[in-house]
Amino acid sequence: MKLNLLAVFATLYLLVLYAPIVLLPLFAFNDGTVIAFPLQGFTTQWFAALLNTPALHQATGNSLIIAVSTAILATILGLFAARAATRYSFPGKAGIVGFIMLPLVLPEVIVAISLLIVLMQLGLDSGTWSIIAGHTLICTPFAIAILQGSFANMDRSLEEAAVDLGETPWSTFRLITLPLVSPGIIASLLICFTISLDEFIIAFFLSGNEPTLPVYLWGQLRFPARLPVVMALGTILVVLSVLLLVVAETFRRRGLKRAGLKDTGGFL
Amino acid sequence: MSQNQSQNQSQKTPIVTLSGVQKYYGDYHALRGISAEIGQGEFFSLLGPSGCGKTTLLRAIAGFEDISEGHILLDGRDMEGVPPNRRPTNMVFQSYAIFPHMSVAENVGFGLRRSGKNAAEKRKAVGEALEMVGLGQFGARAAHALSGGQRQRVALARALIMKPKVLLLDEPLSALDKKMREVMQVELIRLQREVGITFILVTHDQEEALVMSDRIAVMFEGEIAQLDDPETLYRRPKSRRVAEFIGMMNFLPAQVSGEVAGRVDLDVKGLGRAELELAQCPSGARAGAAEVGVRPESLTLLYEGQSAEGGREASGTVREVVYYGDMTYYDILLDGAPAPVRVSMRNMPGRRVLDFGARARLAWDPRAMVLFC
Repeated sequence: MKLNLLAVFATLYLLVLYAPIVLLPLFAFNDGTVIAFPLQGFTTQWFAALLNTPALHQATGNSLIIAVSTAILATILGLFAARAATRYSFPGKAGIVGFIMLPLVLPEVIVAISLLIVLMQLGLDSGTWSIIAGHTLICTPFAIAILQGSFANMDRSLEEAAVDLGETPWSTFRLITLPLVSPGIIASLLICFTISLDEFIIAFFLSGNEPTLPVYLWGQLRFPARLPVVMALGTILVVLSVLLLVVAETFRRRGLKRAGLKDTGGFL
Repeated sequence: MSQNQSQNQSQKTPIVTLSGVQKYYGDYHALRGISAEIGQGEFFSLLGPSGCGKTTLLRAIAGFEDISEGHILLDGRDMEGVPPNRRPTNMVFQSYAIFPHMSVAENVGFGLRRSGKNAAEKRKAVGEALEMVGLGQFGARAAHALSGGQRQRVALARALIMKPKVLLLDEPLSALDKKMREVMQVELIRLQREVGITFILVTHDQEEALVMSDRIAVMFEGEIAQLDDPETLYRRPKSRRVAEFIGMMNFLPAQVSGEVAGRVDLDVKGLGRAELELAQCPSGARAGAAEVGVRPESLTLLYEGQSAEGGREASGTVREVVYYGDMTYYDILLDGAPAPVRVSMRNMPGRRVLDFGARARLAWDPRAMVLFC
């Protein structure tokens, strides 16, 4: 009896979680401008409409540039910070690490407004680069958290052994440290990319006349006739996200296998 | 490991010279003035309980720790400011630090990257190194598919291929089970004899140090308490603390009456009057209360019909019997002694194991005693 209740709960939970997402492809292929049942037949015209919207391509391009830059920047910064935090002890370490990790729990609105104020005070135009800066700020804590795990799993004497065998600190980093934390680096790149890609608030405040994909989507919601197109775009994003996760997980498992470690659970 | 052999070794040119080495971690004084000379080709051990500074000293020799004061000379060169990758030392780490993303051969050949050797020469060197540690067929094996003992051998091959002047071993056997440890102890001795490189071993296991070393430095709280060859260390510990740390020792209260012409006269509780040489009294001989140390194997149970030379006999009651197969340990409360002494006897055919509570007679020998004042 108890087990059955739990099963019902779990089923309901999953339904509530995923049913709305299933609606996306459903209406994306529905031949009607009104988002309502009953469905009115199959069409791919909304996907075709996506191809004919230059503003959308512009927004997608912006988003990709921002997400890729953010992922690389945040991961590089995270790599340095995570290594420093796990390998060295220095005065004020706990405080410094705490402050770096703070954006993780800081409301994004606050980050967005303060960045906007700083830009205005400096008399600078907001734009793609300012969104990259803002996204790097909020993604770096995620990168650090992921990479700290990788560094903590790595035996410190591996690096010492390489130095002992004649390598310089830099070549040790290249030959030993990087390959061994590479699963963490890939995970960090993918997660930062995803966070940046669908981040809205900072992008909305700082985008000026260069909207990112989420900002563009939000703008389209004002026009009911454009809703099916938004649905089509959403469908593509869902498929891409799932693909991305599968790729990330494959890399992670391959890394574990190569290092001969036991699988202790990843994101999938 | 005879005494003569180790004396020869200390007379050889020192390859490692430690003079007044001090190390502070903030307020913590980890090394308190370590001075020693380690000879070319010597098997030298740093022995002590955890936290005594032995690993810090080893890491300082390797270059992983800076020292606060003093000098470390390797082959006559002061190592101050020389990073680990430019020191003529190589290390076998406690965790072995086998690179998990490389094959066995890649691990062993790692240090040859900067050697200027061509691929064929490197392959040959790796093959020889693996052969030396008995892993000839394992070159292509992935590093993570190795057992503990094999990882240990890979770590050894990887360090020895560099032909270091000094090989540093940080508790290399502590991760192995007892059987494997004994095998590797003998193997390390053989390997060291073969390559003739100076080995410095860090261990907390006194038995391991006794088995393998030419000389042992016993360390407590950042200081060398005694530096001697294993036999001297075992037979003539310089302090009660060293005596307690190396093997098992009974301590009996004694009353020293005085010293005449190098002979020390004393009365040992439970045993009787004894005369010791001054050499047996590392902390000197003052009249008054003192303690006598005697190893379990230096006390002998007397069976019926046997008697001790010179009448040096004592009697008591068996309080504990611990049977080990080849040996039996007895705790015997001697008449007139405050606490039992441990006696170890080799079990032989026809020799009965005494029962708990039985009366027993002991023979003792003053030459096997050490006096701590």
